[in-house]
Amino acid sequence: MSKYILKRLLMMIPTLFGAAVFVFFLLRMIPGDVCELRLAGTGLYADPAEILLCQKNLGLDQPLFGQFIDFIVGYFKFDLGISMWTGSPITEEIGLRFELSLQVAIMATLVAIMIAIPLGIISAVKQDSWIDYVVRVFSIAGIAMPSFWLGILIILGLLITTQAMFGEPWMPPIDYVPIWEDPMRNLSQLIWPAVATGYRYSAVATRMTRSALLEVLREDYVRTARAKGLAEKIIINRHALKNALLPVVTIIAIEFAFLMGGLVVTEQVFNLNGLGKLFVESVGSQDYNMTQQLVMLVVLIFVMTNFFVDILYAWLDPRIRYS
Amino acid sequence: MTTVSEVQVESEIEELATDKTWIDTAKIMLHKQPLGVAGGGIVVAMILMAIFAGVITTVDPTINNLEYMLEAPGDMFFLGSDQFGRDLLTRLIYGARTALFVGFTCAIIGSTCGLVLGVASAYFGGMFDLIVQRIVDVIMAFPLIILALAVVATLGNGVENVIIAITIPFIPQCARVVRSNALAIREIPYVDAARALGFSHTRIIIRHMVPNVMAPFLIMLTSFLGQAILLEASLSYLGMGVQEPTPAWGLMLQGGAEEFAESAPWIAIWPGVAISLAVFGFNLFGDAVRDTLDPKLRSQ
Repeated sequence: MSKYILKRLLMMIPTLFGAAVFVFFLLRMIPGDVCELRLAGTGLYADPAEILLCQKNLGLDQPLFGQFIDFIVGYFKFDLGISMWTGSPITEEIGLRFELSLQVAIMATLVAIMIAIPLGIISAVKQDSWIDYVVRVFSIAGIAMPSFWLGILIILGLLITTQAMFGEPWMPPIDYVPIWEDPMRNLSQLIWPAVATGYRYSAVATRMTRSALLEVLREDYVRTARAKGLAEKIIINRHALKNALLPVVTIIAIEFAFLMGGLVVTEQVFNLNGLGKLFVESVGSQDYNMTQQLVMLVVLIFVMTNFFVDILYAWLDPRIRYS
Repeated sequence: MTTVSEVQVESEIEELATDKTWIDTAKIMLHKQPLGVAGGGIVVAMILMAIFAGVITTVDPTINNLEYMLEAPGDMFFLGSDQFGRDLLTRLIYGARTALFVGFTCAIIGSTCGLVLGVASAYFGGMFDLIVQRIVDVIMAFPLIILALAVVATLGNGVENVIIAITIPFIPQCARVVRSNALAIREIPYVDAARALGFSHTRIIIRHMVPNVMAPFLIMLTSFLGQAILLEASLSYLGMGVQEPTPAWGLMLQGGAEEFAESAPWIAIWPGVAISLAVFGFNLFGDAVRDTLDPKLRSQ
């Protein structure tokens, strides 16, 4: 097992390095750079000497290969560099927003689990009944509905219902407060984006719960349990569900890694100052440093999640033993 | 040779004679795949709407009419008008063109490139396979929208660049699935036989291997359609996709949806309905295709 873990950890290195190469050179293909955009972006005349000076300060006048070496060496020095747009250290910029995005991601996962597992079970137990069809349509709709539109609908719904109930429209607070300072205010801001992302996320997990449980329910040992007269509830809860949840755990973990992508649009809708919004802004302002560090962060989260899923799998299922 | 073709012709005639009318076939499909048929219906309706946009409505979707800004749904504007006084329904109908054009182009190019790469990777094996698979690993470690945004940032926005941005992440996804199927096919003796007969690599790949991985290829292709439409809408919503004045559903939500959500909720509602309905239809259709083509998944 420890040999397998070591092997998996070592295999991450080429993937991460490949991602670094890919994103670094992809971004450098963009015509123009942050200096031109900052000094001449508004259409005003910019002094070429000033642009050159700015490029020199940011190291953009160095040969590409040298810049790449600096970028990689930075990781060994735990130095992610500075934002080319604001000039402050990237670790600081990310640190400011990480908490918010992480909280939305965790809450979205909880929303997804709370929707997906009960619905998936009902749908599988009542296979081909009208309930099953309603659940399936509900979950396919979740995949079809863009989360930003669901977000807009939630805002619209909040405005209309509060208007009708209290006489004046209420909007979730805009500025972020950490949950330990003011839990009510924090939750009243972040629960809506969590629902908007969580619904889409739940759709995939619902379908997985349903199909995994259906498969397990056809197993011999479930038939044996039925034959010895166990109540259906015990069969589902104690015998079938335990085995069926394995692929569900996997899909939830993998989707968690992709949540970052979902947050990009949701944070835009709810105007949350999180990592997703930072990413869109840094792409817009051609802030190479910031963009590549954020992409690497997402890739790292993804690769690590996949790694933990594999370990979790072996731990949960005694039949799987990596060697 | 003559006997073979005779037998073929005969069997074809027989098939034609016993062939059920299309209504019967439709009935069987409706019974077996009710959701798939519903999805297919939505897909066909969307395609017709996109092709005959100019016939369904005679209004120009791009002309501003500042006299009628934010008009409520009524006689003049069936679904209301937007903040530039453009008819919402007209823009929705023309928006289907953009969405389907992007959807089909990305899905077809993405899955075809994936098919070629996947089969070649499995057929040649060795170093080529190893390198391709490592590249696939790297690209698949990016969430779809992050990669698409990075590509759009490089190429700039506009329909063609959006198509490239969405197609690139699709290629490795399809290549991976096709490769695992093609690996099994490479071991079947007829590929060895073809090689022993001295056929070229290209001929073996195209004539002998590709037809046998059509099932996973079609499954990936149909699943890409909905994803591509959703991704285009997301990019356009972020302002990094299709640009004004081209009618596109995601863009319509970006423009004034939030700003005017309270005073003109129709701007926020209808484009989203259109996106969801289109993706819903394509997904149902894709699920039905998968269930029909992949016997292992059929019971689920």
